Amino acid sequence: MTIVTNVTKDKEKQKSDVILKYLRPHKAMPTVWCAGCGNGIVMTAIIRAIDNLGLSKDEVVMVSGIGCSSRMPIYLDFNALHTTHGRALGFATGVKFARPELKVIVITGDGDALAIGGNHFIHACRRNIDITTILINNNIYGMTGGQGSPTTPAHSFSTTTPYGNAEKQFDPCCLAQAAGASFVGRGTVYHTPQLENLITQAIQHRGFSLVEVISNCHTYYGRLNKLGDAVNMLNDFKDRSVPLAKAQKMSPEDLKGKYVIGLLHKDDKTEFCDVYDEVMAKVKGGK
Amino acid sequence: MAQKERVLVMGNQACVLGAIYAGLRFYAGYPITPSTEVAEGCARELPKISGRFIQMEDEIGSIAAVIGASISGLKSMTATSGPGYSLMVENIGYAYMTETPIVIINVQRGGPSTGLPTKVSQSDTMQAQWGTHGDNTAIAVAPSTIYETFTETVRAFNLAERFRTPVTILLDEVIGHSRQVVMLPEPGELKVTNRVKPTCSPEEFEAFAMTPNLVSPMPAYGDGYRYVCTGLTHDPRGFTTNRPDEIAPKLYKLRHKIVDYKDEIMLLRDEHMDDAEVAFISYGSVSRAALQATDIVRKAGFKVGTVQLFTVWPFPDKEIAELCRNCRKVIVGELNMGQIINEVRRVLPPDIEVHALQRYDGEILTPMQLVEKLEEVL
Repeated sequence: MTIVTNVTKDKEKQKSDVILKYLRPHKAMPTVWCAGCGNGIVMTAIIRAIDNLGLSKDEVVMVSGIGCSSRMPIYLDFNALHTTHGRALGFATGVKFARPELKVIVITGDGDALAIGGNHFIHACRRNIDITTILINNNIYGMTGGQGSPTTPAHSFSTTTPYGNAEKQFDPCCLAQAAGASFVGRGTVYHTPQLENLITQAIQHRGFSLVEVISNCHTYYGRLNKLGDAVNMLNDFKDRSVPLAKAQKMSPEDLKGKYVIGLLHKDDKTEFCDVYDEVMAKVKGGK
Repeated sequence: MAQKERVLVMGNQACVLGAIYAGLRFYAGYPITPSTEVAEGCARELPKISGRFIQMEDEIGSIAAVIGASISGLKSMTATSGPGYSLMVENIGYAYMTETPIVIINVQRGGPSTGLPTKVSQSDTMQAQWGTHGDNTAIAVAPSTIYETFTETVRAFNLAERFRTPVTILLDEVIGHSRQVVMLPEPGELKVTNRVKPTCSPEEFEAFAMTPNLVSPMPAYGDGYRYVCTGLTHDPRGFTTNRPDEIAPKLYKLRHKIVDYKDEIMLLRDEHMDDAEVAFISYGSVSRAALQATDIVRKAGFKVGTVQLFTVWPFPDKEIAELCRNCRKVIVGELNMGQIINEVRRVLPPDIEVHALQRYDGEILTPMQLVEKLEEVL
């Protein structure tokens, strides 16, 4: 039996008040997410990050494509742009470039960002446009009922890989860094304070920032691969995660099957809108 | 008043100049023949007026960026040709559903597939209306000269802003790449329409409110009116819905905000239709040949007239029926295997004969071909 003191109760209340402040009023609720889905944990981390930074709701534009995680902007009281499958970064590029003073956050999943949206993903990284992309990676297409995605591990099961996946998986962080993103990090839905911190830094960063969040789809990926319920899957993330500093001292064999978490890459490349503004000033200056 | 400057302009450049006249401040596109000069012109001109130009990774990204920029408050457009338009149609449907004003220029070339990149065609006419999935009420306009390309581009922006909807300009390769000496309108000479912005408090604001004319005021992101913009079927606040009593009104609004105000959209030209017994009906580059053919045949003493459609979608049902009411026969000239002709058949009474003159070999219809067709049907 747990003893809950009044002090911890007050703290809990304060914490949930922060969340309620950012949930959209009216009839957006309930969410479409299954009980125990990691999307709620990620949403909470994003809210806390935005609250930490003191951003106004009006200056945040949350853009998404199609999929379970892409429903998030509908539930939050920011400017919401819920777009077509895979195209969130195209729309977000238009928003950011048109109004560079706005904070643009893209919520996407592994199918949305890396399969149908793969082209937009690498080119947004290449431009280093100031957009924060939160890629919730649950290794499967959840909304359509458990099909294999570009991050479904080799040999694992989905409704379209009933005999084991013959394909190999993308590493979104390696892909983003190679494509030119200036901020790349990975978190999990188990490590919530670290995730909040990583997202806070990502939003503060000027340039393209990617935060990959390892998340659980116990309903499909977990069930089809006999990984247990949400709690089992979260515990698995805990066991398999290695902070970057520790990982750097480990051999590639030891790192097999592990999630390296933390801020993986950061550089100070120039940002697309900034450079365009400089070019524009030059053009307008004549000569 | 000083004499207007005479300038030599290419059709695709006239698009750029017309768009800037109408207030264009954002262009996103992907190179494709025969439309590329539109992108090149925007890349040159937009930075000079604090406008934004971006070359995207493909046509899907281009139209997505254009929609995002329009929702953020900038007048936005893209230009492409058939294969690119095919890639854009899903997001054109998104713009229609989310009531986002954008302009898409389709400099038509021969199809199907990669087809004839450098040859003329009008075979995307039906696609402009039916390209995107779901019920759709499109607005599309078609100029036939360089001057009209300028004015129709301005009109396309005005219609997009007035009706909060995507508007397609159906150009074709011949007009896009032709050069003519023109005297372009001075600032203030043509009307420029801007979208209506909300004046209510953010608490009262409904992004897709059922207003008397069915067009809802539209804020820009950052203006303080936070709402949900989604391609899912939604209620007046933007929230997704599965309720029949909310679904049908949304679809009704999308269609009727346009079809109930067709008079504001229709633009046709008619020559010698008062006593015409036979009429040419055409749009785009064919109209130039039709006008000349009409002159030739009139001089020979035949009662022939011509109708040119600037507004192709919504189809000018009433106008065509009215203009052709005294005709015995009409000849529909098109650079395709028959698209608009079926609409003409639909709107004319059965006692008026409808004849087709179609060319789909990558070449234009000449005035003499129209004259010959007339001799054949008389």
